[in-house]
Amino acid sequence: MVHSTLDLPATRIPARSERTAWQKLRVSRNWLGFWYMMPAMLILILFLAYPLFLGVWLSFTDTKIGRAGEFIGLENYEWLSDDSVFWTSVFNTLLYTIVASIAKFVIGLYLALLLNRHLPFKAMIRALVLIPFIVPTVLSAIAFWWIYDSQFSIISWSLRQLGWISGNINFLGDPWNARWSTIFANVWRGVPFIAITLLAGLQTVSPSLYEAATLDGATPWQRFRHITYPLLTPIIAVVMTFSVLFTFTDFQLIWALTRGGPVNATHLMATLSYQRAIIAGQLGEGAAISTAMIPFLLAAIGIAWYGLQTRKWQQGGSND
Amino acid sequence: MNFDRRSLIKGGAALGLGASAGLLDYAKAWAQASPFKAEPNARLNMMRWKRFVEAEDVQFMKLVAAFEAATGAKINITNESYDDIQPKASVVANTGQGLDMVWGLYSLPHLFPQKCLDVTDVADYLGKAHGGWFPAAEKYGKSGDKWIAVPIATTGSLINYRIAACEKAGFKEFPKDTAGFLELCKALKANNTPAGMAFGHASGDANGWMHWLLWTFGGNLVDANDKVIINSPETAKALEYGKALYDTFIPGTAAWNDSSNNKAFLAGELFCTNNGISIYVTAKKEKPELAADMNHAYMPVGPIGKPTELHLSFPILTFSFTKYPNTCKAFIAFMLDSPNFNPWMGAAEGYLSHFLAEYDANPVWTADPKTTPYRDVSKRTLTPAGLGTLGEKAAAAVADFIVVDMFANYVTGREDVKGAIASAERQAKRIYR
Repeated sequence: MVHSTLDLPATRIPARSERTAWQKLRVSRNWLGFWYMMPAMLILILFLAYPLFLGVWLSFTDTKIGRAGEFIGLENYEWLSDDSVFWTSVFNTLLYTIVASIAKFVIGLYLALLLNRHLPFKAMIRALVLIPFIVPTVLSAIAFWWIYDSQFSIISWSLRQLGWISGNINFLGDPWNARWSTIFANVWRGVPFIAITLLAGLQTVSPSLYEAATLDGATPWQRFRHITYPLLTPIIAVVMTFSVLFTFTDFQLIWALTRGGPVNATHLMATLSYQRAIIAGQLGEGAAISTAMIPFLLAAIGIAWYGLQTRKWQQGGSND
Repeated sequence: MNFDRRSLIKGGAALGLGASAGLLDYAKAWAQASPFKAEPNARLNMMRWKRFVEAEDVQFMKLVAAFEAATGAKINITNESYDDIQPKASVVANTGQGLDMVWGLYSLPHLFPQKCLDVTDVADYLGKAHGGWFPAAEKYGKSGDKWIAVPIATTGSLINYRIAACEKAGFKEFPKDTAGFLELCKALKANNTPAGMAFGHASGDANGWMHWLLWTFGGNLVDANDKVIINSPETAKALEYGKALYDTFIPGTAAWNDSSNNKAFLAGELFCTNNGISIYVTAKKEKPELAADMNHAYMPVGPIGKPTELHLSFPILTFSFTKYPNTCKAFIAFMLDSPNFNPWMGAAEGYLSHFLAEYDANPVWTADPKTTPYRDVSKRTLTPAGLGTLGEKAAAAVADFIVVDMFANYVTGREDVKGAIASAERQAKRIYR
């Protein structure tokens, strides 16, 4: 018996129109791409999208810890809209974020410019600058808690020894003192991140640009304004986005230092949300406070997105 | 396993438990005779509040070891600070895993009563065996007709004061009424030996003394039907009194947590505060001269004319989803059995006050007269619910510091009397809707 190759079903190659859907999928590049994306998508859905949507859903319910809730529409938001503690926390969060972010940026940029110069022991100084960022937040918060203690503060003690003050400074017991004290602690902790990141950005600026500008007679301010600042803009956008997001959602520092006190004067939205949801068991209300943070965070991301847009001149075109 | 000297002298020896072998033999005999039989190879995870008195914790761990040896169970104990117990327990209640038992604070079991195992049989057994429960025990332990937790002990929130400073201020005896107390605080301030009590979010100290203050002037958050009645002239009077006290206090009390007054008192900067016996216990070890100059007193009585103290109770709950319910019950019964509980109380040196009448006779209450006021705190204590029902709502109101914030808002000048009361009323109505 003579067999032609075409007669062998096992080796028969189907015509393109005869392929099954499965066979098509096996060779489809698009489908392959989908499979490669699958792990990342699953991680995003499971750990980001699901908790986010669950949080938003909870904010429309009266869920309590240990007990499923019922859908109550906007009641949590209506309640919060008339809750002075909530509005205090919104005010505190904005004040904390804006003041701390500006201070961190100014000090961080100044430090970065200094560290970019030729200094003796440059590497060691750069490493030292990072220390506040390396220390675990809770540890540094506990250190600040002692520094700000109403009875045992080293600052109060020193000033008393110098004869500048007669009684201890009430750092965390007075609402405005407490706000500035927590902002200072946040700035201390956040400056290294900004300084080191901006320093990395500064080192990508070609020295030839500065040489050319110097030959043209540019002043140090002009060199900063027209060379350093424009070339640093994209990295400033990235670093400030992160800084604003970290500051806006800060929790550890406040919780370890004041627990939102005195009289709720330092409650941020994050700490108030925790206080109401976990400590007091009102999960729905806590979720509503967390959800109320989303518009602010989106606005911060939007601004950064705008800042991240690559300018045409950076690719050789003229800026319009 | 070894007993330390103090626990031997104060408790174990008195009961004939002269050696570790004795404790183990007793534990084995107990396990055989007990109506609560541990499941084979049970593995329990239990969270408790972090100790304030080291010897108490040492004695507790001995008790755990004896139970493990006698029953074959293994109990993994984690310790958390007062403030962290509630959030962690709440998360466990919500997720249904992680812990079998929580030895927590105040009304914790009432935050999620439906997640607590019914332990009525253990509570009944212990009540019958040890002279009966004090009334507050039933309030803390029962939800409706069933026990959802067993109150193990209370730590008193009583006045701690320096004897010499009070005498210098003109008070040979500690004042028994609120008017005298205010006079004392004013005089202490004038002598630069100030008093101070927490106005911050201190779960134990601040809740303890500010509920006393509200109640002793006749104010209440809710009535017996759980209707919010905080907006009253009595509350306003309590606020005015709180403000007058605050003005005499050492600066910084608005930011105090549970450990702040301990630190300041032991450092010799604070001369009168409300606290458990832990300051005295530490002082006896580290600053005997300070311990000799300090004493304890009941909270003064205000216009209402009767004691209105709120002490910090420690109920133990078992989650309904535990795989080893009988082991949990057996362990609770074992903890409160006399040969265990007596030496344990002895080691705690007055920090743990009993809910079972039999333990009035423990020598710890009479060996040192400065400890005696703490003997009666479980008898004297009200519950955080005040006139209302101790349930989820009362637990939420305490956890959210409604009363504490009301006082703090007024005394720090953030709000006037009406504003402070209105904020508290609004928040309370939301919880008690």
